[in-house]
Amino acid sequence: MAKPAVKPKVESLPAKSKSSPKSSGPGDNSVSAEDLKSFYRSMLLIRRFEERAGQLYGMGLIGGFCHLYIGQEAVVVGMQSTIGDEDAVITSYRDHGHMLACGMDPKGVMAELTGRSGGYSKGKGGSMHMFSRDKHFYGGHGIVGAQVPIGTGLAFAHKYHGGKNVSLTYFGDGSANQGQVYEAMNMAALWKLPVIYIIENNRYGMGTSVERASATTELYRHGEAFGIPGERVDGMDVLAVRTAGEKAVDHARSGAGPYILEMQTYRYRGHSMSDPAKYRTKEEVDKYRNERDPIDHLRKRLLDAGLTDEAALKAVDAEIRKIVNDAAEFAQHSPEPDPSELWTDILIGA
Amino acid sequence: MSISVLMPALSPTMTEGKLAKWHVKVGDVVKSGQVICEIETDKATMEVEAVDEGTVAQLLVAEGTEGVAVNTPICVLAAEGESVADSAKAAPAAAAPAAPAAPPRSEAPPALSVAAPTPAPIASEPEWSGKTVHMTVREALRDAMAEEMRKDGNIFLMGEEVAQYHGAYKVSQGLLEEFGEKRVIDTPITEHGFAGLGVGAAFGGLKPIVEFMTFNFAMQAMDQIINSAAKTHYMSGGQMTCPIVFRGPNGAASRVGAQHSQCYASWYAHVPGLRVLAPWSAADAKGLLKAAIRDPNPVIFLENEMLYGQSFDVPEDPDFILPIGKAKIERQGKDVTIVAFSIMVGKALQAAEELAKQGIDAEVINLRSLRPFDTETIVNSVKKTNRLVSVEEGWPFAGIGSELSALMMEHAFDWLDAPVKRVAGLDVPLPYAANLEKMALPQSSAIVEAAHAVCNR
Repeated sequence: MAKPAVKPKVESLPAKSKSSPKSSGPGDNSVSAEDLKSFYRSMLLIRRFEERAGQLYGMGLIGGFCHLYIGQEAVVVGMQSTIGDEDAVITSYRDHGHMLACGMDPKGVMAELTGRSGGYSKGKGGSMHMFSRDKHFYGGHGIVGAQVPIGTGLAFAHKYHGGKNVSLTYFGDGSANQGQVYEAMNMAALWKLPVIYIIENNRYGMGTSVERASATTELYRHGEAFGIPGERVDGMDVLAVRTAGEKAVDHARSGAGPYILEMQTYRYRGHSMSDPAKYRTKEEVDKYRNERDPIDHLRKRLLDAGLTDEAALKAVDAEIRKIVNDAAEFAQHSPEPDPSELWTDILIGA
Repeated sequence: MSISVLMPALSPTMTEGKLAKWHVKVGDVVKSGQVICEIETDKATMEVEAVDEGTVAQLLVAEGTEGVAVNTPICVLAAEGESVADSAKAAPAAAAPAAPAAPPRSEAPPALSVAAPTPAPIASEPEWSGKTVHMTVREALRDAMAEEMRKDGNIFLMGEEVAQYHGAYKVSQGLLEEFGEKRVIDTPITEHGFAGLGVGAAFGGLKPIVEFMTFNFAMQAMDQIINSAAKTHYMSGGQMTCPIVFRGPNGAASRVGAQHSQCYASWYAHVPGLRVLAPWSAADAKGLLKAAIRDPNPVIFLENEMLYGQSFDVPEDPDFILPIGKAKIERQGKDVTIVAFSIMVGKALQAAEELAKQGIDAEVINLRSLRPFDTETIVNSVKKTNRLVSVEEGWPFAGIGSELSALMMEHAFDWLDAPVKRVAGLDVPLPYAANLEKMALPQSSAIVEAAHAVCNR
């Protein structure tokens, strides 16, 4: 699952595909059958991983907060497919999917959730605080909106170093009204920093709907005051995400400055594990699950286009099941951090 | 092997809940991710999804049952190829394969405490016996930045008015001309944003120096300083580093009112993951700022506007640098120890001169570093003088002096001949009127008085 570099045009989408991205640009239809299968696999991995995390939480093996990404998989999988290995990624606390999409080891992620020494932060960070310098994943941030200036700073460092790398800075509709987000956008536009702001609009910041929190709900236009172009994208369709993502990444990489993508998506599960489920109807959730599911959607597309068959999909299921089982196994058997870890990593050289 | 589905917990504190509704019945084939039932507590409702696939063999808890304990088997699934009847028979003894009765983390008695490691000894400041040059604190700070920036291209300075204006207090004079606009950057007036941007740049391999026009405005950026800069190294298990210096004037200036006159020393000194420095002299300023810029950790560097124009001798040696974490005995004495930092060091030295005339020989310690804190130097001094006065410009409650008093209780109780006395700013927002402002800030006369009180003469 390493982040694939932007692929050359290999194979066009089959004609019966309904995705037909409407914008024109260099990224159009540059998706191969292999890409599609890899998107399916990545989304399924996230889905199954999160279901298992929910189960382990229910068993008391994961503590504290646990924000699941179920339903939103197409956003991160589509976006990650547009960047290279040296580009930076940063997000909020709903971060498990981003880590898996960055190619981080599911065992290390799950073991961090259970607070074990085999976790990415040696058990000292937890669900919301994981990082991988190797994979250029810069967290996992627990304070709503805080990752936006930081992601902008990563883009600043890229520009300072003179390379062509970009920063994918993810945040939710809840963060989209935070003051520091606009402070960061202003500097990004002022200094033409290579950052793509990806607003994962899952319609609710905890239990408050976008309509009840945001004076203007066209979040992709929230950079207009700074001249930042924005686009609204069907975040339940991995190909639409990919197409928009390529355009935005090209824009930032070319030196033209930041870009905003508002991904319209949906989380099936509660904000965190403990969720009253009173702020939206069950019908609404079911409608998304049954009619808009990004994984079902791609699965059907793959089958309809004859790019795969049931047997092959079953093999993918089995492979993912094994990865997730192994991760869960590892996360339960990895030892707790040694008590001496309490006092390490506070300062360097002290 | 049949699979037990267990009653889940929705939060770490949940012990039981209601099984509100079943969405499946015996004989149904269940897929991963399919909602099989709903559970409720007084706070939350959750749909329980199947993680494993299989055929429902038995529902062990009836719909509507209240008080179902967490981790109770509620349903049995027959895995692919198994008979539903056999699976049902096997229940409920068949525990979920991955469900230990209690999380293993509670099996071993937890270590009740692990002593904090003894900090590595900090090398004392070498004797800088060579030539010195007389310069202002302002120039010393500028020279420290310029010298480090010449050596390392990853160091840059950003903040409000640091470039074309040469710094609101002229500290960055000449830096734009020497290093250019790539490395000396005027920011918009958005402290939270540019502090966070600086943290991101540090995560990305640069070494930012972020100037706050004054530390009063850093309150806008407090979250990024504490939650992002100070904690990330720990939260990442040591993977992430944040080599950044936040610097600027701290404390009262003169007649600028309460919002622009506050000492933040104790606020920052409270936080693990930060280093906090507070120079007094130009030599402190230069030697400590160079150390701060080279340090791989986030450093809070508290300057003082009233000191910027004061001149001191600074070693000319190009390698001059000071250790972080070492206090300096500015004046030797045997009767009473006066501990101060930043501008209050000057007031303490004035007080010592006055006390000398009155027959009291005061030792004055310049803390220079508030985190780490050089307890050893102070304790050694108290062992000699047996009396301690702490001086700070900030408010007394939960201040640096409070910490110092507690440390003396812990480390020097048997050597104290009198309770520690705190001299601090008065517990009021700083007033504007000249007379009131002067009353609110510690003057050397108050230090003299406190020294008399602890010496009982």
